[in-house]
Amino acid sequence: MLRLVVRRLLQLIPTLLGLSVLLFLWLDRLPGGPASAILGEKATDADVARINRALGLDQPVYVQYWRFLKRIFQGDLGTSVQTGQPVWDEFVLRFPATVELSLLAMIMAVVVGIPLGYLAARKRGGWVDIGAVSGSLVGICIPVFFLGLVIKEILAVKLGFFPSYGRMDTGINATDVTGFAVLDGILTGEFDASWDALHHLILPAVTLASIPLAVIVRMTRASVLEVQDEDYVRTAESKGLKRSIVRGRHVLRNALLPVVTSVGLLTGSLLSGAVLTESVFSFNGIGNFVKTSIDGRDYPVLVGFIMFIAMVYVLINLLVDVAYSIIDPRVRVH
Amino acid sequence: MSVATKTDKIQRLAELTAGSETSTGASLWREALGRLKTSKMAIIGAVIIAAFVVVAIVGPFLAPHSPSAQIWRGEVFPNKGEFVGARGENWFGLDHLGRDLFSRMLVGARQTLLVGIVATLIGLVAGFVIGIVSGAAATLGGETGQRVDSVIMRFIDMMLALPSLLLAVSIAAVMGQSLTTVMIAVGVVQVPVFARLLRGAMLVQGGADYVLAAQSLGVRKRRIVLSQILPNSLSPVIVQATLSLATAIIEAAALSYLGLGNPDPAIPEWGVMLAQAQRFFSYAPMMGVYPAVGIIITALGFTLLGEAMREALDPKLKG
Repeated sequence: MLRLVVRRLLQLIPTLLGLSVLLFLWLDRLPGGPASAILGEKATDADVARINRALGLDQPVYVQYWRFLKRIFQGDLGTSVQTGQPVWDEFVLRFPATVELSLLAMIMAVVVGIPLGYLAARKRGGWVDIGAVSGSLVGICIPVFFLGLVIKEILAVKLGFFPSYGRMDTGINATDVTGFAVLDGILTGEFDASWDALHHLILPAVTLASIPLAVIVRMTRASVLEVQDEDYVRTAESKGLKRSIVRGRHVLRNALLPVVTSVGLLTGSLLSGAVLTESVFSFNGIGNFVKTSIDGRDYPVLVGFIMFIAMVYVLINLLVDVAYSIIDPRVRVH
Repeated sequence: MSVATKTDKIQRLAELTAGSETSTGASLWREALGRLKTSKMAIIGAVIIAAFVVVAIVGPFLAPHSPSAQIWRGEVFPNKGEFVGARGENWFGLDHLGRDLFSRMLVGARQTLLVGIVATLIGLVAGFVIGIVSGAAATLGGETGQRVDSVIMRFIDMMLALPSLLLAVSIAAVMGQSLTTVMIAVGVVQVPVFARLLRGAMLVQGGADYVLAAQSLGVRKRRIVLSQILPNSLSPVIVQATLSLATAIIEAAALSYLGLGNPDPAIPEWGVMLAQAQRFFSYAPMMGVYPAVGIIITALGFTLLGEAMREALDPKLKG
């Protein structure tokens, strides 16, 4: 197990290095460049040259890259043009909100998706099956931001069941402990703050959960269909094992293997889905920050976000592998 | 038995095996087509796609108004929340600039289809080339080949680690805001998917007996790859191409939402229309619903056909 973790962490290095080269080249290619950004369009060539020298942009590319790499390695992702604060600090500030949102979305998708997919497979061709399959097909085809708009318009604006924007009502004075609003409320005993934060989370989380839910339903269904015809299931049934044991231990446990992988991969994609969802609900997490950075051409934030997300993605993959080796003893042998 | 007759015998045997392999390959396709014809999913999908393609081709000629003409400008007051809804001449009503929505939908279908097709082609072609090189190197390239393959795969993994939307945004940032940018950005995102699929399928085929037979006969590697392994590895790629037409259209809409879509008002595109409508969603929801429904139905058509093809091509479901 430890060897697996170490090996995967080592594999992370070339991926991130390659990514840093790509990002560096990308920054280099961007129209404008820092000199014209600082000086405006009327800058003389001499001024541009002076700024470039001061910033080290007249150095050879590999020297510049080395400096870029050193900076990133020290956790310095640059300064946000919009806020004037270090990008890293901005991320740390907003990360808990996005984690809360993604986590709730993923829990919703898993808790609804796996039983639904399982039921659909057991009663193949029944109305649950038809509903689940067609629902998940439509779910994949709806643009996330449109789904968010419709949900918000109907449930929040028209019917007023939920708040339509933000993380918490302005009237509530919550103590900040961890940055996770729901958790903070529980820790400090301010349960109304917790409840309010959760209330704000529900609609964005439902929106964000749509795609993972659709994928998990279909994945679970296909997987259960495949596993329930396996020889070992028939053997288990014919030797008179209780149905619940066969279904739990033989069918479900084996059917969940591919689902676990996809849950991991989907968690990575949730973070980019958060860019759309958070902006629809003006939910102040990393996603919304990135959306405003796209609008404002705030490139340091984009570069930082891409590095950040790539790292999260690779780490999640690692977790998936570890989870896999726990569920499936065959993986451990290799 | 002389050496000559011996090789001759092997040759005939190999031809027989290889022949039977390719013939099952051909009948696999025929069989799949037969199953596809009876699949409800496939029929619904194909009908939707056909309708969409027809609209994309003839739509611009049928549009009663120019998509950029602000015919009813004086009547539209978005700030006061007054929109001209559906009425006699304007079946879908007018948008925030007083343009006929029905005409814009008709004209926009072509751009939307174009975005989907071009983006998918970019992803398919580039992914295909990378996949075939990687797959060939891994199956027949020996030790050097495997090293080449693993370098390529590291690169592909890196691309997969990038969130697709952000990758597209980065590309759009360098290239500026245009329809071409959207196509390229959405296409590039698909490259690693196609590359991985083709390579994976080729790896499976690479271990098959018919490849070993061809190899032992001394068939040239290039020929083994192109005429034996490749044709048998194509089905997942074709399925994915159909599915990615749907993804491309949806991703293009997301890029438009992020403000990176085509800025030209004379060339409407459903994704851009939907993105523009979101600001007025509270006053004029239909302005967003029309393009959204267009996108959803079209994407559904491609998804249904793609899924039906996947099922039809799955040998496990045979019989």
